[in-house]
Amino acid sequence: MKARHRRLLWIAGGLAALGVAAVLVTNAFRSNLVFFFTPTQIADGEAPVNRLFRVGGLVEPDSVQRVGDGTTVTFRVTDNAKTISVAYTGILPDLFREGRGVVAQGRLEPDGSFTAREVLAKHDENYMPPEAEEALRRAGHPVGAPAQFQQAGAQTP
Amino acid sequence: MIAEFGQYMLALAFAVAVILGVLPLAGSFLRGSTGARLMAVDRPAALLLAALGILAFVSLATLFARNDFSVLLVAMHSNLQLPLPYRIAATWGSHEGSMLLWVFILSFWTGAVAIFSSSLPDVLRARILSTLAFIAAGFLLFLLFTSNPFERLMPPAADGRDLNPMLQDPGMVFHPPLLYMGYVGLSVAFAFAVAGMIQGRFDAAWARWARPWTIVAWCFLTLGIALGSIWAYYELGWGGWWFWDPVENASFMPWLVATALVHSLAVAEKRGTFKSWTVLLAILGFGLSLLGTFIVRSGVITSVHAFATDPARGVFILLFLTIVVGGSLLLFAVRAPTIGNGPGFAAISREALLLSNNVLLVVAMAAVLLGTLYPLILDTLDMGKISVGPPYFDSVFVPLMAPALFLMGIGPIARWKEARLPDLYARLRWALAISVMAALLLPLTVDGFRPLTSIGLFFALWITACVLVAVADMLRGPDGRLSLRRFLLHPASAWGMHLGHLGVAVFVAGVTISNSWSVDRELRMEPGQTVVLGDYAIRFTGLKPLTGPNYDSTQGRFEVRRAGAAADGKPLAILSPEKRIYRASGQPMTEAAIDRGLTRDVYLSMGEPLDGNAWVVRAHVKPFINWIWLGCLIMAVGGFVSAADRRYRQHAVRRRAAARIVPASA
Repeated sequence: MKARHRRLLWIAGGLAALGVAAVLVTNAFRSNLVFFFTPTQIADGEAPVNRLFRVGGLVEPDSVQRVGDGTTVTFRVTDNAKTISVAYTGILPDLFREGRGVVAQGRLEPDGSFTAREVLAKHDENYMPPEAEEALRRAGHPVGAPAQFQQAGAQTP
Repeated sequence: MIAEFGQYMLALAFAVAVILGVLPLAGSFLRGSTGARLMAVDRPAALLLAALGILAFVSLATLFARNDFSVLLVAMHSNLQLPLPYRIAATWGSHEGSMLLWVFILSFWTGAVAIFSSSLPDVLRARILSTLAFIAAGFLLFLLFTSNPFERLMPPAADGRDLNPMLQDPGMVFHPPLLYMGYVGLSVAFAFAVAGMIQGRFDAAWARWARPWTIVAWCFLTLGIALGSIWAYYELGWGGWWFWDPVENASFMPWLVATALVHSLAVAEKRGTFKSWTVLLAILGFGLSLLGTFIVRSGVITSVHAFATDPARGVFILLFLTIVVGGSLLLFAVRAPTIGNGPGFAAISREALLLSNNVLLVVAMAAVLLGTLYPLILDTLDMGKISVGPPYFDSVFVPLMAPALFLMGIGPIARWKEARLPDLYARLRWALAISVMAALLLPLTVDGFRPLTSIGLFFALWITACVLVAVADMLRGPDGRLSLRRFLLHPASAWGMHLGHLGVAVFVAGVTISNSWSVDRELRMEPGQTVVLGDYAIRFTGLKPLTGPNYDSTQGRFEVRRAGAAADGKPLAILSPEKRIYRASGQPMTEAAIDRGLTRDVYLSMGEPLDGNAWVVRAHVKPFINWIWLGCLIMAVGGFVSAADRRYRQHAVRRRAAARIVPASA
């Protein structure tokens, strides 16, 4: 009987530890989820104030401007229906370009603009961030397939 | 011709894998000479499979080296201007190529098991090789039907589309093969578990055979992940070394489970307990490495690692995952009652400590799994797009690992079966006192009280102190004096363990110190301007254009001096970060420049050009950052030392000796 008691104690202790871990994990999980919103949703007031979220779409052509000493950049993100103005301080990723897909993570300011903490536009030249693609699709502007070979003489099978 | 030859090798390899998967396994259930004859197929077939895998892989590598643009894959991922090492690395720079690397490495491991398994009983070896062949057959099928790397392009392209510039880096040459060695190496542990379940016996001998294979796979996995991390650190240009990106998590989850497995195998060998748990971990580890392959290759996520999105591929891998994991769990359910429990142990004993660490590692893995899969599942079900950022992983992973790090110090010192707390306290009180004091005082000598830094430092110092106590005990003779001559009295596996634990301490120190005292700035700089960052003054002296083999670049020149040193004195280092434009794709790339040191890195990258010659520049000073990867290297070396233990080879020696004696006496 004694061995069985001890085993029960072990199991109870283990379950308690797992329970505590589960509570910690779900709490951390809930408070760190980052939701995604399209410019249209933000214009409709669906996006939260004072909470980190992501916005995605295309960088509107001719909208990129440098502010102050040049380390702060502002640009507009569009889903071809609505646009939102984004400010970001820091180095933009290599694949950030006007007319290309972009995802920015940050907060909404009281004036309706968006301050990004992170701008994501990495990966290869055909890459469209899934969030950006989603935003365009929802606004009714699906993106075409990426261009294939650009070299002369090359053809896709 | 080479392409057709390679494809033919793959088809042959599939046939051989099917034969190896069926005949020896069937033979292992038959008695008498038929069974023996069927089982005898295993080693030749395994070696043939390895040879075919190597030939298929070399075929593709040759096509890349020769830039044969009549092969679709080469036209897609190579270029006339691409230098040779990157052309060869481009072999695995695509979905098809990386799956071929998977198959190649799996066939390599299968061949290695065939060569180094002379000590194994025939039945066990036949079943292990059959299991490996079954996995190989699945992947070959996948390759041949959904991802043929040798597909032709008609008419041939004049030039290729080039390898993604981000992948044109020495990291690309070493990171994927090492990582796959680890990933795929877990299949050997899995095969041992399956073969053990079929025979329904997990004795100390089984654990002793399985251990070195698992440890070696774990070492490769450790090195592969560390190398990926270094690469991300210098290539992505913003100084981070771990991003909790789904792809990183995909390799980290098997690592966590493999770490648990390596430890539970030790208990299975030494104490004959934890057997069911060990089997479950082996299944889980390989299952996670398949899941990782699914996550990375199926296109459910988009990243630099995901090359193509073809739903058929994802479905195939998911199906294969279900068969492998489901089948082995079913086998486990049937066999679990026969596996049995080993001898019991007290609540405070080395077994109990190892069990706690195992549970913590698996729970941490589950937390990472949740954060990785949840967004993918929501997205697949079209329930919205969310992302789970690093804050989640940090806030869950760190508290779970903290107790594990504390117990890690005690584990090797506690006795098997039953340890006494007063005993442990007596042996470790100085280690505890010194590490607590030093952890509290060290930050004070730098810039004041920092509780989190102290906690991190405490774990690093505590593990080190405990290792030192254990090592001192090992070197102390019966007369109580330390003697280095006692070094050889202890098995390599014990030294490997302590070395591995020391690696963890170095790693923790690196993470803690670099997180606590890194400084960085992003600013506009003009030639002639100096910025002071931490203890360093960084002066921008100018720009020059540069022409590389397949890119054009603007290179900055920066002089690094100690802050306060004369501005015309000899600089400590000259750093030349670049902004490259790759000609074939037009893609820009930031190349950071780093002055590396054991106690700090000075890290510079150039963002965008502003008016005139001014640039946005990012500068970091990162103390002790290299300790992170140094720690991983030490862990892996510890693993290799441990796997080289004579004990794991003794069987072979004894058996060979016995074989020599028998004919002589007959």
